[in-house]
Amino acid sequence: MTQAREDTAPDRAGLTAGRAGAVAPRRRRHYSVLTRRDKILLGLMVGIPLFLDLIFIWGPAIASVILSFTQWNGIHGLTATDWVGLGNYEKLWSSYAPFWEGVKHNVLWFLVLMFIATPIGMFFAILLDREMRGSRIYQTIFYMPVVLSLAIVGLIWQLQYSQDNGMIDSILRGFGWSTPPDWFGDPSINLWAALVAASWRHVGYIMVLYLAGLKSVDPSLREAAAIDGANGTQTYLHVVFWVMMPINTVIVVVTSIEALRAFDIAYIINHGKNGLELLSTLITNNSISEASLIGFGSAIAVVLLTISLVPIVTFLTRIMREERE
Amino acid sequence: MNDQVTRREVLKKGLIGAAGLTVLPTVIAACSSSSATATPTMAPVATQAPVATQAPVATPGATTAPALSGAVTFGSNFSDPVPKKAMADMMAQFAKENPTITVTMNTVDHGTFQDQITSYLGGKPDDVFCWFSGFRMRFFAGQGLAVAIDDVWTTLSPHFSDAFKVGSTGDDGHQYFVPIYNYPWAVFYRPSLFTAKGYKVPATLSDLTALCTQMQKDNIIPFAFGDKDGWEAMGTFDILNLRMNGYQFHVDLMAGKNKWTDPKVLAVFNQWKALMPFHQTGGAGRTWEDAAQALVKKTAGMMLLGMFISASFQAVDAATLADLDFFPYPTFGTAYDAEMALDAPIDGFMIASKSAAGVAGSNDLALAKALISWLGSGEAEVIYVTEDQGNVAASKDADTSGYNPLQKKAATLIGAAQKITQFMDRDTRPDFAGANGMQNFILKFVGNPSQDLSALLTQIQAFYDGLPPMS
Repeated sequence: MTQAREDTAPDRAGLTAGRAGAVAPRRRRHYSVLTRRDKILLGLMVGIPLFLDLIFIWGPAIASVILSFTQWNGIHGLTATDWVGLGNYEKLWSSYAPFWEGVKHNVLWFLVLMFIATPIGMFFAILLDREMRGSRIYQTIFYMPVVLSLAIVGLIWQLQYSQDNGMIDSILRGFGWSTPPDWFGDPSINLWAALVAASWRHVGYIMVLYLAGLKSVDPSLREAAAIDGANGTQTYLHVVFWVMMPINTVIVVVTSIEALRAFDIAYIINHGKNGLELLSTLITNNSISEASLIGFGSAIAVVLLTISLVPIVTFLTRIMREERE
Repeated sequence: MNDQVTRREVLKKGLIGAAGLTVLPTVIAACSSSSATATPTMAPVATQAPVATQAPVATPGATTAPALSGAVTFGSNFSDPVPKKAMADMMAQFAKENPTITVTMNTVDHGTFQDQITSYLGGKPDDVFCWFSGFRMRFFAGQGLAVAIDDVWTTLSPHFSDAFKVGSTGDDGHQYFVPIYNYPWAVFYRPSLFTAKGYKVPATLSDLTALCTQMQKDNIIPFAFGDKDGWEAMGTFDILNLRMNGYQFHVDLMAGKNKWTDPKVLAVFNQWKALMPFHQTGGAGRTWEDAAQALVKKTAGMMLLGMFISASFQAVDAATLADLDFFPYPTFGTAYDAEMALDAPIDGFMIASKSAAGVAGSNDLALAKALISWLGSGEAEVIYVTEDQGNVAASKDADTSGYNPLQKKAATLIGAAQKITQFMDRDTRPDFAGANGMQNFILKFVGNPSQDLSALLTQIQAFYDGLPPMS
């Protein structure tokens, strides 16, 4: 039996492996590092989530794509008469005014998160990286909003922004402004009000991600820069930022996803209307409501899916390219 | 050694944290607003009505078979505290009178129930469920999601006026709905404020305009106004259209037979624009509850709303509720004044086809019919409206001696109306009246009444035309 043991010598699973590997022929072309039990375990660990993923994510996604070509209202069964081909998309493009409002607002949401909220988060992370006194307290304070669900965030900011009872307008009235802005009712400013609430949360999230990345930067790089005579800002801009490229990619993707996913705050405020239309609220108001225009809502969902694929595919190709290198 | 976290510390802190977390939901529930504006959370609560051991007592409206026994499920959207308790009391009374029938009531948040109605009725609904009259009812009846209850109506017919029977009939002529109560939309005011300032209740439009101008001089906001949820302002449109163009034009407009670009509709919007300066500013960002507070605090003089506004007054104290009165919207001197039309939405119950009760001839169907006809009886309705005083019972048999003055006046007003409508979001397609439809258009108008109204109406008509056919 020494022959069998030699054959399975590279196996790290130990003595039981000999029995599991059974009587393998001597001239096997490759060694398998994994025993059969390992393979079964791995199969289950990958297979079950994959199976659930196919059923709960891929299945409905493909069903949505198919439904977007129909006019199904969810009540009777799907029949051939419901098929409209590209009719929903044509309607979306040309005659559904809230759609373009939603696209515009989603784009604004993305721009604000990407170019205002994320840099602020990164800036806080850089400041906190200096390990000043009380940095733990500041971290907790900035990270608190992230822990809250977006529904709670919406509720908190509703209390702040309320016209009659909110803190902000009460303070403004105290300063003599007799008709302070109607933060939620005025369509020209309510998106910005919602964005402040969303950024409040997003800043903490980015800060923690970036701080983790900063902590992993090799200190010898900073020392080298210091020796070369660089001050803090120069060290960051010329050395640290470039070393953190993988983290930067993560942050860009996270921000894009958060911007496309924007829903909760707008929905909590006023169900996504009057200046707070977003693609996600349009989907909800069309499909998952009494209106039950499931075909039409699915068309909007497919549009959102297509837009979302851009950052996701970019991210994945970059990751896979790095792995191959 | 001392800065290592010990197991005991983790357990201690974890337990305190968990205890804190259990308190949090009640704090949040206390902070959040109620009813239609509540955060959309699905919280079905099953409550079992107690089964008494006495023999069943025959009540007007209960079916005649005393041997009926079994379980029936009831889906309720009466989620606010006062309606929820009133409904629970009704169920308790039903259980007392029908000890062999067990009712399991599932209460879902009011707004969520409506939003999810399609998947609810198409999936596994309860046997009996709460719903509204109007297009909303006829639509689901037409889709085959409700069971026709003509036989229940043969017993109930003498107890309801014609208006209620019409409101319970589907497009195919069969009855699908049993009403419990309705409530009027009228202009509410506080008599003490009117007496103090020497105001008189306006009877005509010119009286109303004069009164509003006077109120503004006295630094009182004439009309409290909140339209954040989008549906509140529909009441104003409805009543103006009813007064200016009559019931038939309004109903045809809701059904899509008249166009929104019709000059008559433009006239309504222009009239509304003329009245807007008398309304509280910032209405687009204010809920009706906050607007009602202006009426409670006497910073506003009047508010056009449904009788459910009495809940805001009841919440303060009985004296405040006693100081609440209403008058019907003033007449405009048109031919339609005689109709005395108003919005008086009817709430009630239906039997779901896809539930166990949907199987013809089954015991579940018999039980559901027993429950639904009992719910339509005067005795049952009185239990409800005694506690939830913002409504008036639908049945003619209901004992009105327990009504508060507001309810008595409402019953008279509704009784005297020749024509009753159900309110815009119940009279027309939900996708048209919904968040990205009329709610949004009306909010746009309210935000800027001086915009080009013809252009807005063209947009509304284009939106209506773009909706898919109601299959």
